[in-house]
Amino acid sequence: MALAADSPAPAADTAAPLLEVEGVTLQYKTRQHLVTATYRVDFRVYRGDRFILLGPSGCGKSSLLKGVGGFLKPVEGSIRLNGRAIERPGPDRMMVFQEFDQLLPWKTVKQNVMFPMLASRRCSAREAAERAMAYIAKVGLEKFCDIYPHMLSGGMKQRVAIARAMAMEPAILLMDEPFASLDALTRRKMQDELLLLWEDIRFTMLFVTHSIEEAIIVGNRILVLSPHPGQVKAEINSDRSPDGAASLQRRIRRMLFAEEVEAAGASP
Amino acid sequence: MSAGRAALLPPSRPEFERETLDARNIGEIERPLSLLERLGNIAALRRLLLLVLLAAVWQAYASWLDNPLIFPTFADTVAALVKGVASGELVARTVTSIKVLVMGYAAGVAAAALLTGFAVSTRIGTDLLTTLTAMFNPLPAIALLPLGLLWFGLGNPSLIFVLIHSVLWAVSLNTFSGFLAVSQTLRMAGHNYGLRGLRYVARILVPAALPAILTGLKVGWAFAWRTLIAAELVFGVSSGSGGLGWFIYENKNELETANVFAGLFTVIMIGLVVESVVFRAVENGTVRKWGMQQ
Ligand SMILES: Nc1ncnc2c1ncn2[C@@H]1O[C@H](COP(=O)(O)OP(=O)(O)OP(=O)(O)O)[C@@H](O)[C@H]1O
Ligand SMILES: [Mg+2]
Repeated sequence: MALAADSPAPAADTAAPLLEVEGVTLQYKTRQHLVTATYRVDFRVYRGDRFILLGPSGCGKSSLLKGVGGFLKPVEGSIRLNGRAIERPGPDRMMVFQEFDQLLPWKTVKQNVMFPMLASRRCSAREAAERAMAYIAKVGLEKFCDIYPHMLSGGMKQRVAIARAMAMEPAILLMDEPFASLDALTRRKMQDELLLLWEDIRFTMLFVTHSIEEAIIVGNRILVLSPHPGQVKAEINSDRSPDGAASLQRRIRRMLFAEEVEAAGASP
Repeated sequence: MSAGRAALLPPSRPEFERETLDARNIGEIERPLSLLERLGNIAALRRLLLLVLLAAVWQAYASWLDNPLIFPTFADTVAALVKGVASGELVARTVTSIKVLVMGYAAGVAAAALLTGFAVSTRIGTDLLTTLTAMFNPLPAIALLPLGLLWFGLGNPSLIFVLIHSVLWAVSLNTFSGFLAVSQTLRMAGHNYGLRGLRYVARILVPAALPAILTGLKVGWAFAWRTLIAAELVFGVSSGSGGLGWFIYENKNELETANVFAGLFTVIMIGLVVESVVFRAVENGTVRKWGMQQ
């Protein structure tokens, strides 16, 4: 628990955190019962971070992202962006969802990328078109800009969604397992592309995954969550060097696995 | 038992690898279809052929029956149709009907928009919509005609009243269930861009639910057209000139059976044109193009 949870990120000394999540408990109330998705989760994201939320299925990663997105109100604790409490969804936090159906089927690729800029009245139509084309080019889809989403492959759709989110140049990019439903090859390619884009633009992102491997490749800082209800188990700096990655992977696996062993031991 | 299990083992087979044939040697892989095959694939052409056949049967049977009062021939019907169009009477009657129809349909759709708008924004609105549609949807619009006559008198207002009733529930029900079926992801995406209230409904919910809305509009149209003709048959004279239904009724009274057939023909034609030309074109330009349907 004490593991690195409060050792500051290297670049953090200079600037104030962009996103502060403090003691956040998230709950769902359904008709029959109340589900606690996360319990008193803390973390801080700094500008330029590729911050990973890592944990087993059902530990509340998506819920945390929805909390930051403003779709889910914490019952306890606070979420602040730039020091201001998050109250509702807004275009300063663009979300890339796991699902392929996040694109608007009635708009072409280019119109999809332009839509948030126009809907939020962020840019004029001309500026939006220019920016859209620039970001579509960054994800390598210029040839498809006038095509409707139903004619794209799954990986292409996710690339459009990423371009759409990035074209807004949001304060923080929220990504919920954007590559989870892609095949292994495409996923690897997309991870590399994402890193290249980050090198290029240096955006801040909060990235959800349940794959330890993906966390180490994509992230620079990894928050490990315990199984349901999600609590912070550790916050770790990523290490992409071959040896470092392997030992890090083992360390995280032990961390997540220990919980299962304990649970199995507790109930005879 | 164990012998039975062992018997279930699949047989062991030798492995093999094969050279696949060069595609050029396989023979016919792709070839254009012959003209006859291509023509046979055009549904419209096949149907036209069927229609011609039916007309021929009709003509033959009516000639054999030789009783124009009961069953005029196809040629007589066409002649009556041409005469009706040429003299302008049939056209005028059709225009009268369509005017009323458009008014009633537009009012019904507007009412449906209000009702579903209310239903998506409040819970009481949802309850209202579900209760009202459950109550009124099974009620044939024509059954309300006597009430309409009582309230609004003889004339267009009571026709429009029943038309609204025939359109409102079908359109509201379909639109609302279309809204409910919009995926959570699209909803969150819309909110993410800061869309709220009416702009959210107009820019996310309506296009996302368009397939269902179009179905509602189509069903509503079909209901409205049938209801109007039926209502006009009961009483059609309003401000001097009746509609198509009245045209049919009048000609029946005068035993102008060919004209009755011509009137029915017109009713069918208009129904066909709106359903398979107007709505088809709208669908092709929207939901089909976007891959939201088929
Ligand atoms: N809409 C909802 N209503 C009720 N309970 C929910 C809802 N969404 C999530 N939950 C519950 O909250 C918990 C956390 O869900 P969440 O979707 O955040 O998990 P996750 O970590 O994203 O899992 P996964 O990796 O499978 O996507 C789960 O136990 C789930 O059952
Ligand atoms: Mg999830």
